[in-house]
Amino acid sequence: MQNKMLSFLGRRRNWTIPYALFLAFFVLVPMTLIVYYAFTNPEGKFTIANIQKFWIHPEAMNTFIYSVVVALITTALCILIGYPAAYILSKMEARKAKLIVILFILPMWINFLIRTLATVALFDFFRIPLGEGALIFGMVYNFLPFMIYPIYNILQKTDPNLIEAAQDLGANPVQVFLKTELPLSIPGIISGILMVFMPVISTFAIAELLTINNIKLFGTTLQENIYNGTWNYGAALSLIMLLLIGLTALMNRDGNSKAAEEGNLI
Amino acid sequence: MQQTTDIITVEHLSHSFGDKAVLQDINLSIKKGEFVTILGPSGCGKTTLMRLIGGFLKAKEGKITIARQEMTQVPPHLRPVNTVFQRYALFPHLNVFENIAFGLKLKKLPKEVIQKKVKKVLKIVTMMDYEKRDVDSLSGGQQQRVAIARAIVNEPEVLLLDEPLAALDLKMRKDMQMEIKAMHKKLGISFLYVTHDQEEALTLSDRIVVMSDGKIQQIGSPTEIYNEPANSFVADFIGESNILNGVMLEDELVECAGLQFECVDKGFESNEQVDVVIRPEDIYIFDMSDAAQFSGVVTSSIFKGVHYEMMVTTHEGYEFMIQDYHCFDVGKTVGLKVKPFDIHVMKKERLCNTFDGTIVDKSHVKFLDNVFECPESANFTANTEVKVSVAFDEVTLFDSEDEGELKGVIRLILYKGNHYHLTVVVEGTDHIFVDTNDIWDDGDRIGISIAPKCIHVEPA
Amino acid sequence: MIKRILSSSYLGLLLVLLYAPILIIIIFSFTEAKVLGNWTGFSLKLYASIFQGGIHHSLSSALWNTLIIGLIAAFAATILGTMAAIGIHNLQPRSAQAIKMVNTIPILNPDIITAISLFLLFVSLGISQGYTTVILAHITFCTPYVVLSVLPRLRRMNTNLYEAALDLGATPFLAVRKVLIPELKPGMISGFILAFTLSIDDFVVTLFNIGNEGLETLSTYIYADARRGGLTPELRPLSAIIFMTVLILLLVINRRATKKKL
Repeated sequence: MQNKMLSFLGRRRNWTIPYALFLAFFVLVPMTLIVYYAFTNPEGKFTIANIQKFWIHPEAMNTFIYSVVVALITTALCILIGYPAAYILSKMEARKAKLIVILFILPMWINFLIRTLATVALFDFFRIPLGEGALIFGMVYNFLPFMIYPIYNILQKTDPNLIEAAQDLGANPVQVFLKTELPLSIPGIISGILMVFMPVISTFAIAELLTINNIKLFGTTLQENIYNGTWNYGAALSLIMLLLIGLTALMNRDGNSKAAEEGNLI
Repeated sequence: MQQTTDIITVEHLSHSFGDKAVLQDINLSIKKGEFVTILGPSGCGKTTLMRLIGGFLKAKEGKITIARQEMTQVPPHLRPVNTVFQRYALFPHLNVFENIAFGLKLKKLPKEVIQKKVKKVLKIVTMMDYEKRDVDSLSGGQQQRVAIARAIVNEPEVLLLDEPLAALDLKMRKDMQMEIKAMHKKLGISFLYVTHDQEEALTLSDRIVVMSDGKIQQIGSPTEIYNEPANSFVADFIGESNILNGVMLEDELVECAGLQFECVDKGFESNEQVDVVIRPEDIYIFDMSDAAQFSGVVTSSIFKGVHYEMMVTTHEGYEFMIQDYHCFDVGKTVGLKVKPFDIHVMKKERLCNTFDGTIVDKSHVKFLDNVFECPESANFTANTEVKVSVAFDEVTLFDSEDEGELKGVIRLILYKGNHYHLTVVVEGTDHIFVDTNDIWDDGDRIGISIAPKCIHVEPA
Repeated sequence: MIKRILSSSYLGLLLVLLYAPILIIIIFSFTEAKVLGNWTGFSLKLYASIFQGGIHHSLSSALWNTLIIGLIAAFAATILGTMAAIGIHNLQPRSAQAIKMVNTIPILNPDIITAISLFLLFVSLGISQGYTTVILAHITFCTPYVVLSVLPRLRRMNTNLYEAALDLGATPFLAVRKVLIPELKPGMISGFILAFTLSIDDFVVTLFNIGNEGLETLSTYIYADARRGGLTPELRPLSAIIFMTVLILLLVINRRATKKKL
């Protein structure tokens, strides 16, 4: 009996079991619960009222669309600002680049609420009014490192022979970039998008602080519903976000795990 | 008698990964103190066999006995064998001394004993001053020595070496071969050595086990294997050779390449089809004269360091590879001669492709998991089992996998003087043998087609 | 040359922007003013009050809670994640793929989805929220990162190392302890650090699963503070200290790593 036990544990593939169970209980079951709550009323009866409410209820719908737009703008700005930075870093001497990448990531170590409050102080200092502009700035400021890092990572791994091969075949520097480096770095951009787009939609504290509670993002709507006890509606709204995630994930099907790995910050 | 000297016996060992059979009915025994090499091309199952003996894989069928104890299902840490791995597998977090002492520490030997033993093996592998060195700071050859030291310090009954020299450059490899040979003499334990390098096998071994496609093709001493190859695969794999189709006319007379040769082989049926092997260094080449048995024109000549390697096309239209110390220019007509005892005649393993099939209807037969059209016959009844045969030269190959009825990969190419004999793996498991004049490369993915009139069906 | 100056100044500008708020916090940690942004003259009073126990009791307990939750969650995630990674590495490709896919769910999910889903789990099961639920929730979103930082090391490792240990007489357990773990250590350490960082920085998941027994972490404390209209002044020197510690630590590690490579 004991021997059997030992040989069972000795097989290394069985070591996955605790985590598999953990994942099932703390990831898969909770996900299913979101679906369950979304399609039931507080009495536990099946209903699609919660989903319908989202379509009818203009406020939630507007917040959702507004959040998606803010997230799109933030993501686009992050790519526009972050890509050149990542590109420059990838061309630098590796040791120096690594140090600067660390500098980019370092602010993450200060609690993001404190950082956001400091941004508010900064805006006050320069007499910049809080509002939409401040919100976008705050978002870009918060999520830029998540865009720079994966792009830098993939650019820096690009085989220099490929670039030389392109040059050898007659490409000028611009063509080299457009035809080889840019297409090769697309997985990095995608993982950057994954790490910026969804989190922006769902943040709530940042928006509150940067707009003095004037602008609500979808995350705030979610939080309010859970706080006010309307779990079923909250779950329905979560489900809508989940669908959006599923959509982005589908667009990048086999890149997902890779993207997550590229995004590994240390 | 045999019971007492065999240190490893392998009986009826078979293994598969998924539904892909990698070893089929392997029988092998290794004597105490013997140096045995398992030789074969990559993918032939040699590493699997070694891993089964080491215990890293559990055999699905068969029996492995090590030092008179059944060990088929025993885990590796309880087997009295030690392994030198491909790419060494030294523990990077430990230094040279700690690597070598790893096994001894696990046995909880006293410190002084460990010290003494490690020092002793370091001396054997001539690495005395390297105890404290980081293994990453060592050269390939040095890492190799540490890997050997780490294995032999445990005084195993058998040392398994899995392509230990594959990662070294040519010169280093030659030196290490000599050292391994010397070490084997000194230690007196059995070595089981796995390699794909035939020269290495010939240099090192007492006995060579030639493997291909998961089967043992021949077991014998280096000279036996070289001079008396059991089949055309072995002849082709070991050294260079000219392999031709032939017909045994009578005892000691064989016809091949459109000519009749005296030979020393007997015991074949008259007019039996055979494979004939002539080593390139066994063909005499000289300016055309009366002494010539046959003649040809030199088509290429390459200097190989010690000798010249020349291709000669005979007047009968067959191509021979010839090695000689003298160079004959391209375009020159030369005389050729082969002595009877340099001609080696082998039984053919097969004369045509044969498959087990079942009748589908009057004009269709199913084999290789595919339904083929065949010549119509009234006495076919559906679902009867039959033997299907297809001649080697009646199989058509296509460049594109999508053409033809079957998909396959070219596995083995044998040049037979005026055509190629290909072994094609179909759908990952079955084989079709094909004679063709077209040039293909090993590993090409191809489409396969068989014309209906070329399919011969007989009752099983 | 011009290109180099341009690119360096671009990076420089980004870094200045990125660090401006942090600089503000550090600067204003040296003044006593209640509101961030008011300068009432140089003073070390805020620093002094941190070290003399002068800070608000609830802030210090929030700080402790954050550290304890972070350490426990990171520790558990490292063990669970390392074991899982070793297992995954030895699974058939198909099952490994399945586990890896589920493993990325908590990474891809925005915090708030993870938070709500776990909230629903705990309330459905009638588990009262508090320390335990926060720690479990943190383990949930930390472990995937540990798995992902250990797996590449396994992949890069010579596949024969583990077998070599068995071959030399180690039992499977000893082979793991003496060979596998030392080999995976760098991955485990970076996984641990990452997990700890994520845990102490987390706000959303904590907020949803902390319950209302008065348990606070730094994040929820600051959030409550900010909603009340201001930041406890002591948070400024506290943040400055945390930031400088991490900065120095990372620079030292980076320095040593590059030195070792040379």
